[in-house]
Amino acid sequence: MKKTSLIAYLRTKRVLFIICGICLIASTLFFAFAWSAGLVGGRTTTQTFLKDTPSTFPAGYRRAHGKGICFDGTFRASGKGVPFSVARVFAQQKVPAVGRFSLGSPDPYAPDNSTRTVSMALMLTADDGEQWRMKLNNEPFFATRDAKGFLKQMDAYKPTPATGTPDPARVKAFLKEYPEAKKYVTWDAAAPWTRSFAGAQYNVINSFILIAENGKKQAIRWSMRPHASFTSWSVSQRKQASHDFLFEDLKKRLQKGPLYWDLVVTLAESGDPVNDPSQVWPESRREIVAGTLEVSHVFDQANGGCRDINFDPTRVPKGITLSDDPVLLARAGIYSHSHNSRVREIGYGKATDAVGKRQNDNRKNK
Amino acid sequence: MARKKNIPSAPPTHFNTTARILHWLMAAMILAMIFVGLGMMTSLTWRPWLLDLHMPIGIAILLLVIIRFINRLSFSVPKMPASISNFQSTAAGTLHWLLYAMMLALPLTGWAQLSAGGFLVKLFPGINLPSILQQSPFLYALLHDAHRVMAWLLFLMVVGHLSAALLHAWAYRDGLFSSITWGKKMINRSEEHFKKSDSLRENCKK
Repeated sequence: MKKTSLIAYLRTKRVLFIICGICLIASTLFFAFAWSAGLVGGRTTTQTFLKDTPSTFPAGYRRAHGKGICFDGTFRASGKGVPFSVARVFAQQKVPAVGRFSLGSPDPYAPDNSTRTVSMALMLTADDGEQWRMKLNNEPFFATRDAKGFLKQMDAYKPTPATGTPDPARVKAFLKEYPEAKKYVTWDAAAPWTRSFAGAQYNVINSFILIAENGKKQAIRWSMRPHASFTSWSVSQRKQASHDFLFEDLKKRLQKGPLYWDLVVTLAESGDPVNDPSQVWPESRREIVAGTLEVSHVFDQANGGCRDINFDPTRVPKGITLSDDPVLLARAGIYSHSHNSRVREIGYGKATDAVGKRQNDNRKNK
Repeated sequence: MARKKNIPSAPPTHFNTTARILHWLMAAMILAMIFVGLGMMTSLTWRPWLLDLHMPIGIAILLLVIIRFINRLSFSVPKMPASISNFQSTAAGTLHWLLYAMMLALPLTGWAQLSAGGFLVKLFPGINLPSILQQSPFLYALLHDAHRVMAWLLFLMVVGHLSAALLHAWAYRDGLFSSITWGKKMINRSEEHFKKSDSLRENCKK
């Protein structure tokens, strides 16, 4: 009798033990899920980069470079890229192009003289169906070696409410952690601002790898080098410039005829900092002109076209792959969240002037 | 504990080999895909690589679930152990069909959302699937949200399914778990079995 009750007792314990085990397994899975989703653990995720988007941000606009204009055109390959990459775009005579010129400010209503940063985004679709998406800036290099550095830079240069200027102690701490950013600060202080989208050179900044037919890999960066000459302006000229000066200038120039940029590919040599976008490669590196982009006309982004395109530079065609540049890799997720957020707003009808809908209560609507 | 010999009866004691292989293969794939998906949406570094995994594995799951579904309908399956209540049996059956529905719906919404967003469905470099939907912000948003919500639901269902299966394997020992494995079917027909289930139910209530 005693023995039976002991066994019965142990059996109750056994079931308890089993339930505990199963709970443990289930909660481990839940924890792994929550950590992976960025809900626990506090790791920096790609969502972190959008956390500062103000709640008053107008629906449907891009989270960065909000003010822009769509363009379409044609890319004509020179054939000089063919020995380096099997991508069709390097061989095809005429590749249709859709893209976007934009202002560096996140504010879609920013005046054109408020930032020195202008960008070109581009998507080339070759006749084999492969897409080459890219995002280029007129800055020659990235400020920091990695993506977290960008967040820290934003934080460090945020104006303090008391003075309206950045806190020098925080800036100093940032520059100590990311000393390469000093180069950017120096460049930013001295380099002339562009007075036209047409005369700006747009640089990819990040590194990529070309894959040739024989499998040979070649690390590259590229730029869109303008046929139009670079023009700048004095500080006083700039301050007096009209609100949409750069965009008006672009439209005016295109009325006279198309604008052209050469796709200049720079070939890295061994030892060049492929994985660090804050470091430029030596001037002497070999360059090839892989083709020429013709921008034939521009149209309002509210009408669609480039509006819903995610110009995620990690979406490259066969024959091009990504380098281990951490800033390039981080762009994928950040662009995706920005794209998802704004396309949701547009798709669910929350966007107003971002899609050309007039709304009277939008105080910023011009 | 004394092991009783398996007593053969008319319905099969195990799911057929195809079903068992597909079950465990897809279990691994689905669990991996959920974490690949989460990683894609959060990782600062791995998104391009994870995305290149997510698309071909997703399409593979779509093909496998079709085979699995046909297999499920074509062959008879083991009966639920007699000790299982009607409610449990219905709940388990519903969960199983919902799991099939999710396995079908997740790859399809993934494919469709990429189409609606103007993205390529890249299986391998240079090999893309055709678009199955016109480009549309509304459809993209809707499908993207549906894909996410269903992925979270699927994860809950998978954890529920696993917990229930382990409960049967370790506590009830009623042969339910072994019907999807290669193990000997173990049916505990002793008197203690019912006492155990009773105490188990009490524990569950606590």
